[in-house]
Amino acid sequence: MSTYRLDYLDELESEAIHIFREVAGQFEKPALLFSGGKDSITLVHLALKAFRPGKFPFPLVHIDTGHNFPEALLFRDELVKQIDEKLIVRCVEDTIRTKQLTEQKGKFASRNQLQTYTLLDTIQEFGFDACIGGARRDEEKARAKERIFSVRDEFGQWEPKRQRPELWNMYNGKIHKGENVRVFPISNWTELDIWNYIRREKIALPSIYFSHDREVLEYEGQYVAVSDFIRIDETDVIATRKVRYRTVGDMTCTAAVLSDASTVEDIISEIITTKTSERGETRIDDRFSEAAMEDRKKNGYF
Amino acid sequence: MDILRFITAGSVDDGKSTLIGRLLYDSKNIMIDQLAAIERQSKHKEDGDIDLALLTDGLRAEREQGITIDVAYKYFTTPKRKFIIADAPGHIQYTRNMVTGASNADLIIILIDARNGVAEQTRRHSLIASLLHMPQVIVAVNKMDLVAYSQDVYNNIVIEYAKLAKLLDLDQVTYIPVSALYGDNIVERASSMPWYEGESLLGLLENVEVQKLINHDKARFAVQYVIRPQTQALHDYRGYAGKILSGIYRKGDDITVLPSGATSTIKAIETGGGTSVDEAFAPQAVVLHTADDIDISRGDVIVLNKDIPKAARELEILLCWMDNKPLLAGNKYLLQINSTRVKAVIKDIVYSMDVNSLQKNYHPEKGELNDILKVTLKTASPVVYDSYKDLPVNGGGILIDETSNVTVGACIIQ
Repeated sequence: MSTYRLDYLDELESEAIHIFREVAGQFEKPALLFSGGKDSITLVHLALKAFRPGKFPFPLVHIDTGHNFPEALLFRDELVKQIDEKLIVRCVEDTIRTKQLTEQKGKFASRNQLQTYTLLDTIQEFGFDACIGGARRDEEKARAKERIFSVRDEFGQWEPKRQRPELWNMYNGKIHKGENVRVFPISNWTELDIWNYIRREKIALPSIYFSHDREVLEYEGQYVAVSDFIRIDETDVIATRKVRYRTVGDMTCTAAVLSDASTVEDIISEIITTKTSERGETRIDDRFSEAAMEDRKKNGYF
Repeated sequence: MDILRFITAGSVDDGKSTLIGRLLYDSKNIMIDQLAAIERQSKHKEDGDIDLALLTDGLRAEREQGITIDVAYKYFTTPKRKFIIADAPGHIQYTRNMVTGASNADLIIILIDARNGVAEQTRRHSLIASLLHMPQVIVAVNKMDLVAYSQDVYNNIVIEYAKLAKLLDLDQVTYIPVSALYGDNIVERASSMPWYEGESLLGLLENVEVQKLINHDKARFAVQYVIRPQTQALHDYRGYAGKILSGIYRKGDDITVLPSGATSTIKAIETGGGTSVDEAFAPQAVVLHTADDIDISRGDVIVLNKDIPKAARELEILLCWMDNKPLLAGNKYLLQINSTRVKAVIKDIVYSMDVNSLQKNYHPEKGELNDILKVTLKTASPVVYDSYKDLPVNGGGILIDETSNVTVGACIIQ
């Protein structure tokens, strides 16, 4: 009897595939939100497992802030070509222009908040009723509270006090017109689980996840890539360091970590011994306040 | 390495969040930036100690009120296991959130304040554990530091709880005295209680045998989605994608599709991405192919012929009511069991149970938020189910209000 037991990665995989297929079964017009980071690349890999040899019952959607790492965009296009699925790209730049939005100011002016406008417009444009995302509950404490099927109102808002009970493995995706559901198949995965899975499944990743030389400026203990999107001041110290990215977001708000890890194996040993959390080490945008993520989610963020 | 999912239940002041914080902290699963953040927030405290409860209270309202409102999921790993903690509120007002967290758990930790002994809330938490047939219960008698680490106090609580456990048919109960605040018996055995001879809490969690039941007799597969590529090369491909709820499926097995009753044999089994295998077992997500061309769609259940589950239009269920609007006989809902949905009407409310005294109140006029009720349901068409006590994975269901779309009840089919 004891031989019929799933390893933890198999159990997580099976849970995620089940969630993907619930989306396919319950919704008319789902989409997979693809950022080019390791979590959404893992989502694509899981979607292949859930639906091949059939096609995905949804397109990939990328909300392009215009501040992406070029390596991530290159990787995105190659992946889409390889799996032969549909990709929809909508640009924050266009939303800023047509809606005359005001951009953030300052040294690391970020479009992180503005991308919510583009996301909500895109959801409306295509009539998406479910958006699959790669958020994990171990990332952040507001995310730790969110359901796997998270209902958002017509403004995309998350209302933590009105979450539906989510019992056993049964998901209730029933919504009113105009609402949508955010679905998080890898809710129960940790950063380490993702990397162990990437190793096991030999999933390819953008090169910036691995150690490379990069021109960075050191700012309050974080290393930010030199790019056209940040303001360089005369007093800034710029140096070429051996770094890698632990998360891949915008160039303006994602910090690199000093690292020699050049293989998935190296990265796994690095994560096991690290003393700082993934978002704490790399995300400049979470530092604003204790409830930064909760507030963004209430406004329609992923 | 396997996964253990557990839930912690305790009331507002039982030190539940502190216990989890301590478990994460002492097992070195907290990062320094997370610690720095809670140190900043703990500054107002006079004793200067950090408040480990802040690690789990994730919402602004929770931090403001110092209580847990909704389930938070926390993760930690030791060399032996990956743990998923559902940190659920214990207050009566949030019973539904606790049921939510408990529904997926293999084990429940029930906290008892050593100064108070078995309290109303202990009875409520234990009742929920009993209703959901929780395989394992750990009773953690907390705040032992406030009763001078007294063995007598602990023993009396154990005796008192054992009576409750018997009443509720909880047979796998383990007891442990702890002080979450000081970390006594959490990760390491404490010198403060030499009379306690068992393992530390973490030791118990690492070593407890969890039956991830493979029920060899009852094989159940819920069809979620039909994969039909409709390309030239795969013109005849028709795969039934879904999840094995229980049992083992092998190539060549004779099957019955419910509720239609059509029969066939398994021609092929694929795991993720179209890889063929000879057998697959719960809880794997797979694709089944049948030898005959029969009508199968989402919501159907494919079973092995050696044990066919019941199909009925009238069900007796224990219901945890989760909506602010009252439950009334005659109300109509959608009943969802795994991937099946069917219209249902409440025929009769047999009784409601006082979750604190465990007394039954027969034929109440209505059910209210957080009530545990026994009701009879009539469905529009036959539903395929097992009794929850025989096979929980096919004996639970949810009720959905078709006007609000909200999940309003958790059903435990009798």
